[in-house]
Parts: sequence; C-alpha cells; structure tokens
Amino acid sequence: MRDVAVIGVGMTKFGELWEQSLRDLITEAGMKAIADANLSGSDIDGAYVGTMSAGKFVGQEHIAPLVVDMAGLSNTHIPAVRVEAGDASGSVAFREAYLAVASGAHELVIAGGVEKMTDVSSSQMVNIQSTSCDQEWEAFFGASMSSLYGMMARAHMHRYGTTREQLAAVAVKNHANGVLNPNARFKFPIKPEDVLKAGMVADPLTTYDCAPASDGAAAVILCSMERARKFTDKPIRIAASVQASDTIALHDRRDICTMDSVVLAAKKAYAQAGITAEKVNLAEVHDAYTIGEIMAIEDLGFAEKGKGGIAAASGETALTGRIPINTSGGMKARGHPLGATGIAQIIEIVDQLKGRAGGRQVKDAKFGLAQSVGGTGATAVVNILEGGL
Amino acid sequence: MTVPRFWREIPQRYNLIGSKCGSCGTVDFPPRTICPHCRRKSIGKMEDIKLSGKGEIVSYSIVREAPEGFEIQVPYAMALIKLDDGPTLTAQIVDCELEEVKIGARVEAVFRRIQEESKSGVIYYGYKFQLAMPQVK
Repeated sequence: MRDVAVIGVGMTKFGELWEQSLRDLITEAGMKAIADANLSGSDIDGAYVGTMSAGKFVGQEHIAPLVVDMAGLSNTHIPAVRVEAGDASGSVAFREAYLAVASGAHELVIAGGVEKMTDVSSSQMVNIQSTSCDQEWEAFFGASMSSLYGMMARAHMHRYGTTREQLAAVAVKNHANGVLNPNARFKFPIKPEDVLKAGMVADPLTTYDCAPASDGAAAVILCSMERARKFTDKPIRIAASVQASDTIALHDRRDICTMDSVVLAAKKAYAQAGITAEKVNLAEVHDAYTIGEIMAIEDLGFAEKGKGGIAAASGETALTGRIPINTSGGMKARGHPLGATGIAQIIEIVDQLKGRAGGRQVKDAKFGLAQSVGGTGATAVVNILEGGL
Repeated sequence: MTVPRFWREIPQRYNLIGSKCGSCGTVDFPPRTICPHCRRKSIGKMEDIKLSGKGEIVSYSIVREAPEGFEIQVPYAMALIKLDDGPTLTAQIVDCELEEVKIGARVEAVFRRIQEESKSGVIYYGYKFQLAMPQVK
C-alpha cells in the first residue's frame, strides 16, 4: 500500500437550498474540488459518491454515473461507484477512494458526498433518517433516530451523571464555531437556555440537540503522495483510514454508552498513523445529536469515559481549548446533509492543516481526525490526516 | 410494508418467539439463523424458544416528533427492555403516565395494535410493554 494525499477540496454551502437540485449540488462541489487541485477533470480515473437515501429523498438511484455525467466526464467512461453506509456514507466513500489509490488500482480519484433532504415533509424525514436503524425491530415499533440517541443520552446521564447543561454546551460551542464558517448553515451564536427551552424532540433531546436536515454536497480529490507535489505544495497525507461495524440495532450492543465500533476504529487508526490521541490537534466528530459528540470524544480517547460532558462544558473542546472539536461548527451548525457530512469533515481538517481556516484556524495543527458514524453506531469510520509535510 | 412481509414476522411479534443456540445456550430475540458466539458450530442447532415477556427498562426516550404512521400517538415512550430470558429489545411502554417510565422499572409484554393503518390497508399488531404489577408477598 502506498501513501495517499488529498490534493483538492470543494463544497457547497449547507442549508435549505431550494434553488438547487441534487445534481446541481454535487456538480458544484466536484467542480470546486477539481479547480482547487488544479486539474482539468479528464485526469480523474475513478469516482466514489456517498449518498444515504437519494432514492427516498428525490427518487433517484444510480447516482454515481449521473454525477460523473453532470460533471461533463461521461466521455471519459471512468468507473463510478455509489457508496451507502447511513450517515457515514461520505466517510466510507472517502475510504474506498483512499483504498483504490493506496492499492495502486487507481491514480487520481474523486470522492464526493451529497444529500438533497429538504424536498420531503418532516414526518417523511423522520422515517428516512431511521432507515439506517433496524426497520423490522426498532422503527416498526415507533423508534425514531432521535429517540435512540435519546436513550443513549438518558443512559449516559443515569450512569455517569452527565447533565442536560453539559449536552447544551456542545450545541452552544458548535454554534460559536459555525459563526466563523462561511459554508455553515447556522451562523449565529446560541445560549445554553436556547437549547434547554427549545421544543422537545425525543426526551431528553431538544431541537437544539439535533443537527439540522440539510441540502449540500462536498468533494475531495485523492492521488498518491508521490504524485501530489505536482498539483500542490501543501499535500495532506492520509495517515490512517479505518472502518468498523457493529450490530444494526442499538438493543443488541454490548453497551449503549460506548460505541465499540468507534473505539476499535480509533485504536486501529492511531496504530496505523503511529500516534496517540494526545498528538491529535483537532477533530471533527459525529454530533448528529449532542450526546453523540460527548460519546465520541470519550471513545476517541480525548476524554475519560463518563467525563465527556465535563470536557464539553469546561471549554476543553472549544476552538481555543486543549482539543478543539468540530471547528467547522459540526453537523449541528454546519448542517447535516447525510451523505455529504463525512466529506465535509475531511474538508475542514484539510483546510485547518493547510492553514486556510480563517477565523476558526487552529494554530500549528499537524494531525487532524475525522470520525463518522452511520445510524446509531453500526458503521464507524476514523480518518487521520497529516499536514506540514 | 407489504402483507407477506408482515405475515412472516407475525410469530415473533405476536408470541415473542426467540432463538436458542443449541451449542452455547445463548438466547436471541429477534431469532437469529446463526449464533454470533458459535457461528458455524450453531448451524442446524438453533431452536425456537418462547420468551417470558418480563424484563427491566435499560433506557428510554419520549418521542415527540414521530415517524409517519405514529403521529397521533405522540408523546409516547420508547424503551430498551432487557428481558429476563437474556435478550434486549426495543418497544413502547404503555398504560401509564410518562413520568412513571424509569430506568430499572420492571415491565411485562402486552399484545397491542402498533400502527393504525398501512399503505396496504393492514393494521399491524405486536408487543408493547406495561409496568409490572407489584408482587404481593
């Protein structure tokens, strides 16, 4: 396996983008990535696209060749692969692209992610989001995705004494970061009481504990590290890319306060990168729900198990804290177009490592980590990127 | 959901039929074809087992933004229930005030209507759980 680099990135704004269709979104993101990498587009020899539920959201399947077609590349006849892994679809697409280049099977690959979510009603949205849970044994009985995360939150509070205020601190911090991100959906600060007084979605989680369903797309270009310097003087190396899985249903897990898939993926990723959690300068984690971020920082080794809430509330994970988490605003403030999220996380890390993150720049960042979860933890992906090479 | 799909899941949903591995004795619900502990050794040794339907709430959440088909039921309690027989399942807690739903509370299965009416015109039934009556000593 050879070293692989990210040489270009591009994304749309995330939000309620009523003027843009799924194909408009992914074409815009792809074109920006190609421009950022100084490519013509015809050099690309493979495409991977992550989307969770284009079929249910807009009635379109067979997305991958469509995307290549809309990018004006149909006459290159390159292989185009659609990847689905719940809301980790983008991260898995990224990893598939990484493996394709690392193995030597492909030279220059584009990995994208897209979701067009706002064309459906809110109850349809709840249904579609829950398709990454167990349909026969969770959703059938009335469980929504938010209620399953609500159960994790309740159990975490019961066992470790995590408080409602600590959950709120995650949303407040991510909104503060979102203010500094031009592509974020929510660019306004919130106060803890805004979270606490917001309407209940699934106790103990309120509207402000939940990442907003959004439209958006993101894309990155990968090539071998060896070749990367032809395109950029600041190649970002993929130091590790690891994926793990677990039971599809939350009720079959060993423990609902820990995602074993995340713990395992992180352990392997640190080993592959040859570093420990202490060496990571910043991380983008899966905050589809605020409890998700608290569990993520514990499972990734940034906080002791059960102390994630304290870390969030004490400012340790803020932009200027010990380990800045979700500097982009996270899914909470940047927005969560399911399939696009994993790629958007990678883009935030790349921009940070290249020193072009503007007002939210973390100083002297060398290692950045992106963690992504599909469903309630049945899929987990941990990618570690290295800059300053 | 189509009629045949629901039809084939009726035995488990109506009667809480799980599976027991003939090799290690692990009980699973819903039933599995292969035991996750014994894997190949369990092939051909998985037996049906009727579960007691008694257990304890592991965690819960009150759903206020419902999926399609559940809108008229909100707010309702969804819980993870660890059955005395071993497996944990997801179900609604009914017939009580929402405030009475607590981690650790004893519950027992009841047979109920799950969704009013589907696209195929079928009314779906299955298990929900209610708080267990206190034991008289």
